Amino acid sequence: MSELSEQIKEIIENEPVSLFMKGTPQLVMCGNSDRALRALRAAGAPVTTVDVLPDPQIRQELTALSGWPTIPQIFIKGELVGGADIVEELYASGELQSKLDEALGSDREPAERTAVLA
Amino acid sequence: MAVTETLESLLRDSFPDASELAVEDRTGGGDHFQVTIASGRFEGLSLVEQHRLVYEALAAPLGDGSIHELRIKTRGQA
Repeated sequence: MSELSEQIKEIIENEPVSLFMKGTPQLVMCGNSDRALRALRAAGAPVTTVDVLPDPQIRQELTALSGWPTIPQIFIKGELVGGADIVEELYASGELQSKLDEALGSDREPAERTAVLA
Repeated sequence: MAVTETLESLLRDSFPDASELAVEDRTGGGDHFQVTIASGRFEGLSLVEQHRLVYEALAAPLGDGSIHELRIKTRGQA
């Protein structure tokens, strides 16, 4: 496994909620990444974002790991939750909030941090 | 064949039982699509598993770059 792939895997497994997106929360470069980020924010999730745009290899390695072909990709404690459509749908039905409560506790603090892959 | 029709035909092959199956070109540019499918194949599956079936059906156009953006809405047979 390449070093990049190891780094991605580490983020997926160790961050409470990870969002692989195009751009950053400050400068979102894609409508679907924006939809996913908004749903996660609205659900009060602590989000760690990773921008896939700086290096095409990031997206390739991520998809090899997850088997999910599109960006964004959202993981809660290592589990793939899906892309923008699924996260929006789960937020609308309240399931995203219960999933987060279950995985991280209901006293979780919303937060945002950006992880940069070297 | 336009991409919209290609996608629709690939999805019909994969979901022959679909009671609803629509492919919408969201921007008119032929590369941003909304796919809506109701099929018995989705029953009992999580949303991730349901969307995976759609990605499998569209593996070729997803792989060759003819789809820039794909929105998916799936549900079991009504």
